[in-house]
Amino acid sequence: MMPTWRGCKPMRYLPLTPADRTAMLGVIGAGAIDDLFVDVPAEARLSGPIHGLAAHASEMAVERHMAQLSGQNVSASAAPFFLGAGAYRHHIPASVDHLIQRGEFLTSYTPYQPEIAQGTLQVLFEFQTQVAQLLGTDIANASMYDGSTACWEAIAMAGRVTRRSRAVLCRGLHPHYVSTVQTMAKFTGDTIDYRAPRLEAAPDTAGVLAAIDGETSCVVVQYPDIFGRIPDLAAIADAAHAAGALLIAVVTEPVALGLIEAPGSLGADIVVGEGQSLGVGLQFGGPYLGLFGAAEKFVRQMPGRLCGETVDADGRRGFVLTLSTREQHIRRENATSNICTNSGLCALAFSIHMTLLGGEGLARLARVNHARANAAAARLAQIPGVSLLGDTWFNEFTVLLPVDAALAVSRMAERGVLGGVPLGRLYPGAPGLANGLLVTATETVTDEDIEALVVALAGAIA
Amino acid sequence: MNALNPSGWRPGMGNGGGDGTTRPASPTASGDRGLALEEPLIFELGQPGTCGVDFDGEDAAPGPVLARFLRAAPPALPGLSEPETVRHYTRLSRQNYGIDLGPFPLGSCTMKHNPRLNEKVARLPGFADLHPLQPTETVQGALGVIAQLAHWLVTLTGMHAVAMTPKAGAHGELCGVLCIKAALAARGDPRAVLLVPESAHGTNPATAAFAGFSVESIPANSDGRVDFAALNARLGPDIAGVMITNPNTCGLFERDMKAISGAVHAVGGYVYCDGANFNAIVGKVRPGDLGIDAMHINLHKTFSTPHGGGGPGSGPVVLSEALAPFAPLPYVAKAADGTLRLVEEDGEAGQHFGRMAAFHGQMGMFTRALAYILSHGADGLARVAEDAVLGANYVLRSLEDVLDAPFAASGPCMHEALFSDLGLAEGFSTIDVAKGLIDEGFHPMTVYFPLVVHGAMLVEPTETESKAGLDRFIGSLRSLAARARAGDELLKSAPHFAPRRRLDETQAARRPVLVWRGDAPAS
Amino acid sequence: MSRYFTKDHEWIDVDGDEGTVGITDFAQGQLGDITFVELPAEGQQVKAGEAVSVVDSVKAASDAYSPVSGAVTGVNGALEAAPELVNSSAESAGWLFKLALSDPGELAALMDRAAYDAYVAGL
Repeated sequence: MMPTWRGCKPMRYLPLTPADRTAMLGVIGAGAIDDLFVDVPAEARLSGPIHGLAAHASEMAVERHMAQLSGQNVSASAAPFFLGAGAYRHHIPASVDHLIQRGEFLTSYTPYQPEIAQGTLQVLFEFQTQVAQLLGTDIANASMYDGSTACWEAIAMAGRVTRRSRAVLCRGLHPHYVSTVQTMAKFTGDTIDYRAPRLEAAPDTAGVLAAIDGETSCVVVQYPDIFGRIPDLAAIADAAHAAGALLIAVVTEPVALGLIEAPGSLGADIVVGEGQSLGVGLQFGGPYLGLFGAAEKFVRQMPGRLCGETVDADGRRGFVLTLSTREQHIRRENATSNICTNSGLCALAFSIHMTLLGGEGLARLARVNHARANAAAARLAQIPGVSLLGDTWFNEFTVLLPVDAALAVSRMAERGVLGGVPLGRLYPGAPGLANGLLVTATETVTDEDIEALVVALAGAIA
Repeated sequence: MNALNPSGWRPGMGNGGGDGTTRPASPTASGDRGLALEEPLIFELGQPGTCGVDFDGEDAAPGPVLARFLRAAPPALPGLSEPETVRHYTRLSRQNYGIDLGPFPLGSCTMKHNPRLNEKVARLPGFADLHPLQPTETVQGALGVIAQLAHWLVTLTGMHAVAMTPKAGAHGELCGVLCIKAALAARGDPRAVLLVPESAHGTNPATAAFAGFSVESIPANSDGRVDFAALNARLGPDIAGVMITNPNTCGLFERDMKAISGAVHAVGGYVYCDGANFNAIVGKVRPGDLGIDAMHINLHKTFSTPHGGGGPGSGPVVLSEALAPFAPLPYVAKAADGTLRLVEEDGEAGQHFGRMAAFHGQMGMFTRALAYILSHGADGLARVAEDAVLGANYVLRSLEDVLDAPFAASGPCMHEALFSDLGLAEGFSTIDVAKGLIDEGFHPMTVYFPLVVHGAMLVEPTETESKAGLDRFIGSLRSLAARARAGDELLKSAPHFAPRRRLDETQAARRPVLVWRGDAPAS
Repeated sequence: MSRYFTKDHEWIDVDGDEGTVGITDFAQGQLGDITFVELPAEGQQVKAGEAVSVVDSVKAASDAYSPVSGAVTGVNGALEAAPELVNSSAESAGWLFKLALSDPGELAALMDRAAYDAYVAGL
């Protein structure tokens, strides 16, 4: 329980003094604060304080309470750590968090008054350019909530472009993304063609190609996929385009694009992704950052905020939010999406991290990641009973264990190693996948961490 | 044609307009003027190959497993060293207005102070550096944060349950509307019309349409509230429900809310409440006592998580007993032994409508909001609502003699005061007052919303504004109102003292330039 | 050739059974700077009063309705590069689309210039 202070001590976030309140009531012509709530029917007004909630508390007391909760968790930095599956632990340069906490960024609003929001707007313009370059698309928007919601928005957009409503999802799409899409489609009436993944060395390209027909609005392919394998985007793009459908590529690990070809360059019409890897911490799943890039010809069908370049009355370059007639506050029920916000502060963090890296720095970061994963894969494959699933990977790969991987992960956690994501956690209803373990090794993983994983896993399956 | 400019908004300038008193862009060789610093784009500053990060670990050529997939060339993006990076973003930040600089009275957005304790606790490694798919036995404290925040949200609203995963207010709205849709489907009821008051935020009809409902508009009466008689007349077996904002976007409490809920329930519909304005009643009124079935809570409004220049937000949705079974997955539950677990899959009897996003919601916002609730406590939260309402009424009564306040006679406002452009000189509009506020050193209020008032100005001071701050703001707005009534031409070209003057939004929309392509700057 | 007007501020020039449709000068003046025009597809069948085109200004998106029923036979491609034509010549070079009338009898319900001018004066 937290200590409480009853009585009338001042609350640190509320500046009005009793004298201020009296003076203000005088100007208003009201006798008491409750006179301002006369429109609330008396029976709906609370007669006393909220049940069970203590009185206001000091910074120190609240911090103590929160620190105690924090201390009940095993943080990624406290153990050899190998989790991924759509959320990746990367080193975030110290300057990123410092800069995003500047009050002019942290406490600003959506830039509706561009004359006093050029900081945010220029960042968004730079962010859009960085994302478009990274994804290989003509243009990009100012971000979405996260990768999974961006994935659905891309499918909805493909429906508007093609005037069709059947989406083909590859087997290797992140199951949370699949569920998100299926939830939305259930209400919009779109048809979703999806089959559960199989433990095979390569993604099921033939299956995707066979599922495309004349009613298909889009084909959605994760790159690299949920098992860490890399699909042949170019072949799928050709087949999709031949059928009049769009190719949507989904990237959950943008660092990979420092090393492997950009989806837009391989024929993807829309590329969406989860941007958390750059600049945004793990944060137990959110807030994250949806990336959204597309071919320029589809710009009027894009969801989300867009920042564009223009000039001010003196002819100086400046930036504004633009093409807002697509959006909910103008189109209302005819909007391209109901989204209001982007993920502004996360986009800022991404952009700062990307600026620190530059294109060549990102390529180097990607090479280091790949090398770490190669090292981990080689060592794990030496454990008797453990084998590698895929023949391609970036920094994440699947190994097959002789036991249920969830059990192995629990045992490893007891030994102080966070050893990966068991496929059973991602596919609870699929016993055939239960022995698969998804292992990720980023630049944060040391040789000692890999040895700890090998020892823990060998022990866990023994 | 329909919708001929309903809000009264006019572009602030013609093509390349201005006041004809154009200053030289800059009298200095650098382009900077004292502390008014210009900043190029990173693409104009950076060089290929520069990098502000050093790496550990081998930088080996990729092995054969990637050979077929290699990128032809790295992304064509320049890098900057750390000092250049810090300077770039620090200089850019100075072209932004934020709550930390002064009053930010943006109506319906609730730009209150963002406590720094909340930033500190969100960065504790046990929250910030935690993977969403770790074994649940290693994340009991994080699940505890979700469970505790959920408890207080349910308690503060008097509702039955809460869905924590929606990522923002609009996402929360979608969640609530999908719960309604799922509840109707579960009872085999095909009704598909949602009633939305014309004063509603644009997300309401957008959300309803996205969920497959058709939308019908309900008029407001002359005192700025929902026309209950009109709403009642439209109710029937085809009505899935209503979406009502309370307090509403005119800053008024919907007195008939309970009766509206009763009437909607009587015909088998559900009541969705847009909780964007919960700040006005937190700790004073529980929406559950008004018959509401679903309401999203913008943690970035009432519970002070930072707006961050446009997100990230967080939009938990509190639900009535009738809608709770349909809440999305996943959710946190307590096991018999007291440990917390995540329910990520539907059980055999489950009616949950599904997953809305990957993982478990905006954890980084949950920690901040929980710290905010515990900091204020029961007494502090009630005072939040009281001081927010007090400040708004103070603004309303201090300005109603110089600005038209269309609903001033309707009684006290709640947490925001609404004005119109009636009485301004011919050719002057709300935008001129707003841009004048920029020159005065304030962020403008919300303008041209709600649509039910011509040239609307919606002022929400929030409870974290001091009386001295309010008085300065009122003084500036009184001066601007006088200038706009007198037809002071200088106002029409305001702002004059901001980093930029009015920007050409027409050019931006006609010929969109959305990414840097190495062209010479447009001029 | 004769010109008719709607209460929703569209005009139509009729020549035989072909019509040319646009928005009125009054409408463009109300909208302000027009930034984009979404045009119907050629061949599209439209009904009188159906929303077939969207005219965007910076902060508004307004539907333009077809004054009469018919099939779209052509659209004004010049608007793609220069939507400002609707501002500068709403009732000539800024036309939106052409259509083949399926029921010329519908024209009887529309206004002539004098009636439209009186209608606008009364708004």
